[in-house]
Order: sequence, then C-alpha cells, then structure tokens
Amino acid sequence: MRILLFPSVLIMLLASLLSVGAYEIEQHKVFPAPQEGANLRIISNSDIDIFSPMVEAFQRKYPSVSIDYTVVSSTELMTALYDEKQVFDVAISSAMDLQVKLANDGFTLPHNSPVAGLMPDWARWRNHVFAFTQEPASVVYSKSAFAGLEVPTSRQNLISTLRNHPERFLNKVGTYDIRQSGLGFLFATQDARTSDTFWRLNEVMGSLNARLYCCSADMISDITKGNLAIAYNVLGSYASARAASDPDIGILELEDFTTLMLRSAIIPAGAEQPEIAGTFIDHLITASWSEEGADYYPYPKLNRNEIAPNLSLRAIRLGPGLLVYQDNLKRQHFLQEWQNAIIQQ
Amino acid sequence: MNSGANISGSIRRRLTLQLLGIAAVLAALLFVMVMTYAKQVAEESQDNILSASATSILDSAAIQSGEVTVDIPYSALSMLGNVSDDRVFYRVVVNGKYLTGYESLPIAKASKGQDSHRFITSHYLGESIRMVSATRRLSNASGPVEVTVSVAQTLKRQRETLERISANAAYLGFGFFIAAAVLGVLTAQSAVRPVQTLANSVSKRGPQDLRAVQAPVPGEMAPLVVALNRFMARLKKSLTRSEEFIAEAAHRIRTPLAVLRTQAEIALRRVERPENRAALKEMIRAIDESSRAAGQLLDHAMVSFRTDHLEVKDINLLDLAEETLERLRPLAEMQDKTLSLHGDEPPPISGDAILIQNALSNILDNAIKYAPKGEDVQVIVTHEDDWVVLSVYDQGPGFAPEDIDQLTERFSRGKNAEDTVGSGLGLTIAEEVTQAHGGHLKLSNRTNVRGACVSFYFPQS
Repeated sequence: MRILLFPSVLIMLLASLLSVGAYEIEQHKVFPAPQEGANLRIISNSDIDIFSPMVEAFQRKYPSVSIDYTVVSSTELMTALYDEKQVFDVAISSAMDLQVKLANDGFTLPHNSPVAGLMPDWARWRNHVFAFTQEPASVVYSKSAFAGLEVPTSRQNLISTLRNHPERFLNKVGTYDIRQSGLGFLFATQDARTSDTFWRLNEVMGSLNARLYCCSADMISDITKGNLAIAYNVLGSYASARAASDPDIGILELEDFTTLMLRSAIIPAGAEQPEIAGTFIDHLITASWSEEGADYYPYPKLNRNEIAPNLSLRAIRLGPGLLVYQDNLKRQHFLQEWQNAIIQQ
Repeated sequence: MNSGANISGSIRRRLTLQLLGIAAVLAALLFVMVMTYAKQVAEESQDNILSASATSILDSAAIQSGEVTVDIPYSALSMLGNVSDDRVFYRVVVNGKYLTGYESLPIAKASKGQDSHRFITSHYLGESIRMVSATRRLSNASGPVEVTVSVAQTLKRQRETLERISANAAYLGFGFFIAAAVLGVLTAQSAVRPVQTLANSVSKRGPQDLRAVQAPVPGEMAPLVVALNRFMARLKKSLTRSEEFIAEAAHRIRTPLAVLRTQAEIALRRVERPENRAALKEMIRAIDESSRAAGQLLDHAMVSFRTDHLEVKDINLLDLAEETLERLRPLAEMQDKTLSLHGDEPPPISGDAILIQNALSNILDNAIKYAPKGEDVQVIVTHEDDWVVLSVYDQGPGFAPEDIDQLTERFSRGKNAEDTVGSGLGLTIAEEVTQAHGGHLKLSNRTNVRGACVSFYFPQS
C-alpha cells in the first residue's frame, strides 16, 4: 500500500495568476523595494522562512530591487525552466543534478563573478552553477519513540534496529518520495552509488510500510506530531531549526557516511535581469564563502576543505557525473528498483 | 679612415640582417611547431578520455529480456568532469534507433577503416564539440544488434590550454629570437674582425714600410693578402728603381758640372768687361745650385737606401758633431761665418754615424746659407729625459709659422728661402734619418732673437 502525503502547507498566493504553465507553485512572496527600481524574479526550492534573511540583506544593500520569490519543488523547478522555459532571473535549488543538467544543456547564462575567488573550485561548475551551502542528509527521529532503544549510529545499526522492532516502527518510518522530489532522488542515487546498504535499508523501510514525502519540512512536521518515529535523508539544516523549538527531535549524522548536498544558484537562459541576477549570486557567494561570513546567513557554516576532517562526510561533486542518473533509461531503472524495494504489496 | 673609399654596403650589416632574418624565421617556425604539437597532444588527450568514456558506456550495454539496455556507469561521465568543466553530451543508438541521451547530437559518418572509434569535431547547442562514436555488436534472439555510443564534450578546456600554451610558446619564440639575435650580432662581428685586424695593421705602418703582410689570416682573405703583398712588392721595386735612377742621374750630372764650374771660373779670370763678368758669376751661381741639388739628391738616395739597412753602433753625438763641424768650417769661413759647438758629454745613442753626419751637414749647410754674413751658427748637444738632443741655431730669417708642418716634405722650400740656392731636400733628409733611428725632428723659431732652430731628437741607447 502506498501512502503519499502531499504538501500540507500550500500557500497558493496568486497561484492561479502565475501558474500559466503546468508547474506547481508552493509559495510565493513579493519583497517590495523600498525605492522604485527593477524587479528580480527568483525561483527556488528553499522555503521562504529560511531564505528570507538573505533576500532582506540583499535589499538593504540594493534598496531599489524588488524581489519576487517563488517556491516550487526541485522537480517543478526543472519543469518550469527545462520544459516550459518560464522567465526567471535566478534559480536556486538543492537538486544539484538538475542544476548541472540545466547548465550542461544550455539553459543557463554564464556569470563571471568578481567574488568567485572566495569559493573553492569544487563549489562551482563552469561559471554557471554557484554553490552557497553545504547541507547534510541526516536522520531525524523522535527521542520519545526511541525510548529504551540505543540510537543507531550507522546504516547497519539502523537496519537492525528497524528490523528488530517492527511493532514500534511499522508505518512510522518516512523518507523522500524520489519520484517527486529531485533532492530525494539526488540523495538516493548518491547513497546507492556509495553503498549497498542503501538497498537493504530501503527493503527494511518498505517492509515497515514506509511513508513517502515530497519535502523535508513535512517529514519533520510529522515527527513533531508523532506520526513518524524516524525519517531518513532529511535536510539537517531544516531539522536543526525545528529541533531548537522541539526538544523531542533528534538529528543523526550517520557515521558510515553522510552525504553533503551543495545548494546552488544559476541564472536561467531567459533571464530578463541577468546583471542584477549576477549581483544577487555575488551576494550569496559573499555571505556564504567569505572568511568573516554574514550574521544573516541561515545555513550551517561552510567547510572550505573538500576533504572534511570527518571522513564520513561525502560532499556531492558538481560535474557531468551528476548527469548519469538523469539519463532516461538509468532514471527509469533506478526508480523501478527503488519502487520494488520500498513499495511492497 | 673611410676617406677616399667607394663604400657600398657593409658585410657586417648584411650578415647581421641575414642572421636576424634567419632567427626570426626559425622563431616563427618554432612557435608554429609548438602550437601544432600542443594542439595534437591536447586533441589526443581529449580523444583518449572520450574514448574511455564511450567504451565504458558501451560495456554496460546488455540484453535484458530481449531488449537492449544501457546502464551508464557514474564514472563514464564523471571522468570527463575530472579533467575539465566542459559540457558533456552522449547518445546511445541501437540499430539506428535512438535509445537514450541527447537525440539531436550530430552523427559521425562511418569511417573507411576498421577503427571502432570515430572522432568528429562539430557543433551542438551553439558550441564546438569533439565527439567520439563507438559501436559494438550484441546478439539477441532475433539476430545481432548494433549498439552505438557517442560521447561529446565542448572544447573550452582545450581552447584554454591552447591559449596558455600559445602565450608560453610566444614567449619561447621571442626568447629564442633575442638569443639568436645576440649571437648573430656577435658572429657577424667576429666574422669581420680579421678584415679589421688586417686594415689596422696596414694603416698603422710607417710611410716607408712596404714589407709583406706576415700575420696569419683566414683562408678566405688569403687572395686579398697575396694581392696586397704583390702590390706592395711592385710598389717597393718601382720606388727603388726611381731612387736609383735619380741617384744615377745626379751622379752623372755632378762631374760635368764640376768641370763646367772650373771652366767658368777660368773664364771669369780672363774677362774684364763688367757685364761679361756678371753673366759668368750668374752662371757659376746656377752651376753651384745644380751641383748642390745633385749632391742632395744623391744624399737622399743614400739615406733612403741606408735607412732600410742601418749599420748601428754606439755613437757619441758630441764627437760626431765636432767632426762634421770641422769639415764644414772652411765653407763657413769663406762666407765669413763661424761655427761653434757647445754641450756636455752626452749619453751614447745607437745609430748609423754616416747617416747622422749626412743629416747634420745638410742642416748646417742650410744654416750657413741662410745666416747673415758675420753671424754665428751654433750647435748645442743636450739631453732631455731619455732623448739626446742636437740643436742647430742660426740667425737667419727663421721659418714662416705656416710652413713649419710641410717643410720636411720632399722638394718643399719655405717662403723665406725664395732668393737662396737650395733644393728643399735638406730637412727631408734630416727627418728621415731621425725617424729611422726612432727619433724625431723639431723645427722652431728662436724666441727673443732672430733665427731658426732645428733639433734632432735621438733616443739614448
């Protein structure tokens, strides 16, 4: 039986007006400019709540730029830009493979950033894709649900814990529906590439009737509500924000390996304000990569070394390798295999 | 130094320009070769990695339940990302039908050879690409299937590499040119150096030096030196012949002149009419002048001959002057003039006594001739530094200052001597003799009193 939870917090502001295409808008907000000036259209899969400090800081520097911020899922972002060729000036996404595919296939504009020197080489691809965060794929769990159990530290541990306590975890395990979520697909493919335990874990989760989600925020919400005991491959950055207000939320970075995703920005080929878009990307780079950092930067602090001191952290590399799982055949095979594992009749 | 030469071009300049031209051509050639080679290497390395990528995709092709399927390995595309951040495209075609990838990639024409990898350079999505296509046969239940994998990459990295190498190659070529240019200039200089050496050695020679050039010269210059030596030998021979001729002529004239003079004097005694006597006296004066000139010509010929073959011995200049004065005293007394000699015992000089006597007597002869009647001619021997100086002072009209430099040339007579018998050879003889002894002759006018001074400077031995 499959359980699909669609986004519960759809703020469809002006959605009917904007969605001339088929892509689905989750949130939309206009940050009006204090002064009369240009309008920058951003399409992003970063929640407004988390991202708005960056936008506001930009507007403090450039008070004449009003910003039109549209939140969509990473797959919808791809649909909007790749298939429908919607006009946006900046696209921000956590789905690195989709960003690389957009850049590789000629859907982006180059940007010769004057602050590119701040970033390590691996944090950008060509002068098209610019990463500005490092966010781990974590395991988020409810401390109360694990009462009396040892908290697993690796996938092996996790598999045996789940397997040994089906009564506790049946219907209470959550993970991304990788057919819907570009980020979920990226995490899953990187997991599969790194270790076979991924497939065994999926089978165990499938046997426990795993619930599938579109986004990290929904999984975290369901943990706080008690609907989930544990969620696999959740964005640690989102969870930390919620953990601050809910002491029941625990966050794990598994020791066998933890995938690090780089959230990145591109300038879509149809951009009407490519220069302001470039300035906005420079603003993101400066906030994230400069030594002194910025107090409004809402993501975990960046590590400039590619090989992290903690060897289990595996940063996903920007580059053509990411195109492999975007291959139609490969993608279909992978999704088929994943469904076979996780959706058990 | 070039005065009088008809100059057309310069060997050194021509050689330098030619070497510079060669250096420029070689530098350009070097640049082109480096670039060609770099392009080849850059293309080859890109082709190699594209081949590897295509091969690994091709290896993943398999038949599953009757269908061809391709499971592209992660490394197949990530390896391309490792070496450059170029855009990557690929396509898989089965039996001519598109299976997956970028459908509109250009198609590589089947090559004539058996090469399984075919490379083309083409355009895709607005950029130049390099593409490899590789084909493999699989067998299905329904027969063989042909799987063709194409992998393409944009040329940004290759272009950047070539730009970097081109800058370096340009520096290399320029450096090569500069080095070759410096060496070329040095080579041109060293090539013409023997010519300059020869020119210097010939132009440094004294006026009498007509010896053959003995210094070693490069083979190419041998004909020139041989010709020069022959020319000098001919010149010397012809000079000697004319000297001999003059001496012979003078000698032959002197004896008849002496007879003629005796006859004229006898005639003078016999005639009494004043106009006849005057005519005879004029005749005797002319005869004297002729015989004096003949004598000096003989002296000069003798000096010219002896300067080539000096008979050197130690000479006390004071004794030599005394001897010479003794011989000339009767002549001086006849004209009512006295000769006097002063000086301390000088250091000896080495020289040819006959020559020096000859020179001195020519000068004294002049002095006696130009000195007014009843006046003295003084000879003073001194020494200054390393020189022994013999000076003859007279009380004649002195030298005209504008003449002093030319007076020692042959047959040159001073402006003040127009009414006196003389050939103009005396000073020439004196100068040639002092020069043959490594000394020099100094002409000056006496200060405070009337008269000229001729000083012989001989180096002391």
